[in-house]
Amino acid sequence: MLNASLKELAGLLAGKKISSVELTQLFLKRIGELNPALNAFVTVDEGKSLAQAEAADALIASGQAGPLTGIPVAQKDIFCAEGWRTTCGSKMLHNFVSPYDAHVIEQFNRAGAVNLGKTNMDEFAMGSSNETSFYGKVKNPWGLNAVPGGSSGGSAAAVAARLCPAATGTDTGGSIRQPAALTGISGIKPTYGVVSRYGMIAFASSLDQAGPMAKSAEDLALLLNAMAGFDPRDSTSLERPKEDYGRDLGQPLKGLRIGLPREYFAAGLAADVAQAVETALAEYRRLGAETVEVSLPNSKLAVPVYYVLAPAEASSNLARFDGVRYGYRAPEYTDLNDMYGKSRAQGFGAEVKRRIMIGTYVLSAGYYDAYYLKAQKLRRLIAQDFTDAFARCDVIMGPTSPTTAFNLGEKSDDPVSMYLSDIYTIAVNLAGLPGMSIPAGFGANGLPVGLQIVGNYFGEAKMLNVAHQFQLATDWHTRLPPLSEE
Amino acid sequence: MSLNLADVKRIAHLARIAVDEDEAPGYLQQLTNILGLVEEMQAVNTDGIEPMSHAQDVVLRLRDDAVTETDRHAAFQAVAPQVEASLYLVPKVIE
Repeated sequence: MLNASLKELAGLLAGKKISSVELTQLFLKRIGELNPALNAFVTVDEGKSLAQAEAADALIASGQAGPLTGIPVAQKDIFCAEGWRTTCGSKMLHNFVSPYDAHVIEQFNRAGAVNLGKTNMDEFAMGSSNETSFYGKVKNPWGLNAVPGGSSGGSAAAVAARLCPAATGTDTGGSIRQPAALTGISGIKPTYGVVSRYGMIAFASSLDQAGPMAKSAEDLALLLNAMAGFDPRDSTSLERPKEDYGRDLGQPLKGLRIGLPREYFAAGLAADVAQAVETALAEYRRLGAETVEVSLPNSKLAVPVYYVLAPAEASSNLARFDGVRYGYRAPEYTDLNDMYGKSRAQGFGAEVKRRIMIGTYVLSAGYYDAYYLKAQKLRRLIAQDFTDAFARCDVIMGPTSPTTAFNLGEKSDDPVSMYLSDIYTIAVNLAGLPGMSIPAGFGANGLPVGLQIVGNYFGEAKMLNVAHQFQLATDWHTRLPPLSEE
Repeated sequence: MSLNLADVKRIAHLARIAVDEDEAPGYLQQLTNILGLVEEMQAVNTDGIEPMSHAQDVVLRLRDDAVTETDRHAAFQAVAPQVEASLYLVPKVIE
């Protein structure tokens, strides 16, 4: 049951082999048993989840079930869900019970899915290790001393330990792909604009994108079908016809051209990760794909450019947390400015404050051209590199992260070294391209390695096809961490 | 472009984040390190390159000027720190 695909679960539900209430109870029980060790969930509400499960059972009984009806899905705590506490991993929103649903939540509700609870995350999605959460660190189910990655670390750990069949994440610089890689699961960040961000708490609006995290590419396709779609409430939501992201899953890979950026296989890549990725590429060649070397010459600039643009946008987005309309207000203050300053100083954690201050600085008078405008120009060069590379290949592959999961505390005192763990994922956000990570074996320490697949704009169905064919030929995605065995 | 303590205090004020005297040197060090990372950008010539402000070069949609929202002020104000008579309360700004 724990390794069952969403399609298999839907079959069991349709065949009355199990009810949604029973399925939900099974996962709630696992959360009760394993969450104290993992800290993957910050909010669980059995009453709400089971009420949704009962409604789903009624839908199933009346023959109106869709592919996700009755399936429990964990939601990253960045998505506002009506009546649910929605914290974004921050003390600032510790007491915030959302009065409305995010578009993504509405879409899952419409599909009849069950909200299984809200997952832990780096505060305001700023982090690569899930150590900046106000609610404490999330542990990696593959090694409790290791980080699960971030910022969607709670969702990743929850899927990896099979505390839920699937979860949602968001990805501004790698926050779906890097934790997916570090915990041995599959995750996809769609093309910028495919999933509406309405009700998704904003970090860096020119980069933020939501996507699913699950056990397999096949499951991701079903989840993305529910999440994607035009929504006029997000001005960046793209008006495109609805598509079935699973339509090409079964296509053979013969003739597929895989681009390998030489910059992603250079110094800085751990030998064991390189080895696992090479083995995966050999499997792709066996499946009929060919590999071609491509170059992303400006990729080394992605991290510097990102750490100008993302903090700049964050400093503007997070200005809304002023202690007036919602969120934390300091207990004592002398005047309005003092109230703002103290509420924000006490409500935000250290990493969030650092990024707001960097963003404020690069946007301030006299520095805008040297930092912000410069970064936007370099962003175009980085995006152009991908356009050039895709003239020679159908998908780009490489490691998702330069190392397997690092230890808790290892990088938390050195922000710059933490930032470099997203060196292969950030450029994809800057370009607005879709990217995914799938399990591709294990490193020397027994921790999972992720293979990153980058597609061209709106290439999600192709990428899911490429990932699914690999998962038909390998079993990395079915491996369970020791802690989660039945 | 190196920062000093006065810069940190100015940035903190602009960001409306209260920073104590004893916290400022820590921020100075961390912000300096991050700006050091970012400094790599300056080595690349970007003359004549159009800035890219968004991942998709799309034009903002226009919509009809019609009322679409319903009045939900009670629900929205239920999560506010201090409300009275449907008004958000803040310290006095004008004497």
